[in-house]
Amino acid sequence: MLRMFIRRLFLGLITVALVSLIIFAGVEFLPGDACTAFLEREAQGKILENCREELGLNRPAAERYLEWAANALQGNLGMSANGEDSIGSLVGARLGNSLLLAACALLTGVPLAIVLGVIAGLWRDRPADLIVSTAAIFAMTIPEFVSATVLILLFSVWLGWLPGIVLTSADAPVAEFFPEIILPVIVLSMVMTAHILRMVRSSVIEVMNGDYIQMATLKGVPYWQMVFRHALPNALLPAINVVALTIAWLLGGVVVIEVVFNYPGLGRMMIDAISDRDLPVVQALALIVATVYVFVNLTADMLTMIANPRLRTLYTRK
Amino acid sequence: MSTTAVPQNTALSRFTGVLGDVISRPSGALGLGLVAAHLIMALISPYLSPYDYKEMNAAMMLAGPDASHWLGTDHLGRDVFSRTIQGGREAILVTGIATPVAVFWGGMVGIFFGLIGGRVDEVLMRFVDAFLSLPWILKMLVLIVTFGTGIEVLIPTLAFFYGIPVIRIARAATHDVVARDFVSAARARGHKRLTIMRRELLPNVLDTLMVEGAMRWSWMLLAFSSLSFLGFGVSPPAPDWGLMISDARGYMSFAPWGVLGPVIALSSLIIGINLTADALAKALGIDRAQKAPV
Repeated sequence: MLRMFIRRLFLGLITVALVSLIIFAGVEFLPGDACTAFLEREAQGKILENCREELGLNRPAAERYLEWAANALQGNLGMSANGEDSIGSLVGARLGNSLLLAACALLTGVPLAIVLGVIAGLWRDRPADLIVSTAAIFAMTIPEFVSATVLILLFSVWLGWLPGIVLTSADAPVAEFFPEIILPVIVLSMVMTAHILRMVRSSVIEVMNGDYIQMATLKGVPYWQMVFRHALPNALLPAINVVALTIAWLLGGVVVIEVVFNYPGLGRMMIDAISDRDLPVVQALALIVATVYVFVNLTADMLTMIANPRLRTLYTRK
Repeated sequence: MSTTAVPQNTALSRFTGVLGDVISRPSGALGLGLVAAHLIMALISPYLSPYDYKEMNAAMMLAGPDASHWLGTDHLGRDVFSRTIQGGREAILVTGIATPVAVFWGGMVGIFFGLIGGRVDEVLMRFVDAFLSLPWILKMLVLIVTFGTGIEVLIPTLAFFYGIPVIRIARAATHDVVARDFVSAARARGHKRLTIMRRELLPNVLDTLMVEGAMRWSWMLLAFSSLSFLGFGVSPPAPDWGLMISDARGYMSFAPWGVLGPVIALSSLIIGINLTADALAKALGIDRAQKAPV
């Protein structure tokens, strides 16, 4: 068990190291560097050379990569391309806002997904399941900017119940994001609820067909006791992994929703940095998001393994 | 397939069998119908459009729906109906080429590494993990900002990035097959790796890849229209649903007809693809919901 954990942690670290290499190589491969972005039209001849000298950009790529990686390991992400703001302070408030959005979406989406998924799984192919499953396909497949646009039209323009755009500044206290955050949370919850509930549904169906459930039925265990005590603990286990993927997605992939609602999170920062060609910020954001992705998934795998005796023994025997 | 006509016949009958199964399901019939309608519309819409999609009319800006403009006009006085029925052509062209390319290269690489296994395979999977851990939009935007937004950039970019998760799926499906006796037998007969891949592995992994391809198509369409929406895809004045929604959002409060056409068109195509993919997965006996979204 412990050996397995150490092995997985090691593989996770290797993945993060590879990501940092890919990011660095990707940015190297792009035309232009921090100096051309900073100097803009004056970027030529002597001035450009001096700037590169000053920032150490004329050194070999391998040396600069090692320096960047070593600094990032110590939590120092460097300066943005304008040379004024440290990336750490820029990212801080944005990361907090993204966490707030993610937390709200998870708190609404996960319980809803589990309840709906269990209902759909227990009443498979009945009207309840058909309604839930069809709604899930709609919620899951319609692009986020489409559902966001429709919801803004409905709740903000026609009914006037909720604000359709976030006007709060990036470093405002949490309380000021309400009620503006409600519509983005609804759109995010729709997508993630659909993914998780489909997973829960098929897992419930699989478990309810199991021999031990049949055994419990034959033994005369009351239906609901059987569902809650025997079936659900096993059926909900695979949901851990989907929830983990969802968390990783919420912290890095919700660019479109943040742009639609003007929400000041990491996603919009990413778009702005790419449009401005602020390469140091792009590098830092990519590294943060990728690290979160790797470690959230690692944690989920470990939790599943601890909670599931069969997996536990499977890996110990190996 | 080289020796006799028999395998071809069974392949054909299996194809019609699966197709029949898909159509016999309500979701499959509806989904295939929607997809077919969109494909036909993409082909013939230039001949059906009542107006030129880029013809501006300053006297008719933001006019509501009436007999001459069925879905009204946009902020430049262009006919929304003409733009809506032509708005999917580039999206369907780009994703229609990029999807098979992505599934093919991802599938081949995945089968190959699933077959050889060992150290090389471990190393490759770390690279796949590393690529998957980066947000899709970041990877795509970096390339698009650098090389431009033409279809000659979008097609290879989409095909490359959407092929990487396919490697993982194909490799996992290959692992289920590779330990079976008929693969060992083929190895013992001394067949080359390529022959084993083509004759023993591919037929067994093909079902998974087909379902995967249908899902990839819908995700790619989503990515393409999201890019257009963000202003990194199709360039104006070309009609594109994502771009049209992005434009019309600004004046949505007083001219909501601008968003309705593209919203319904884009949603119906994506839902159609997904209903088809669901029905296809059920017909082939693959549980789509068990797979995590990557």
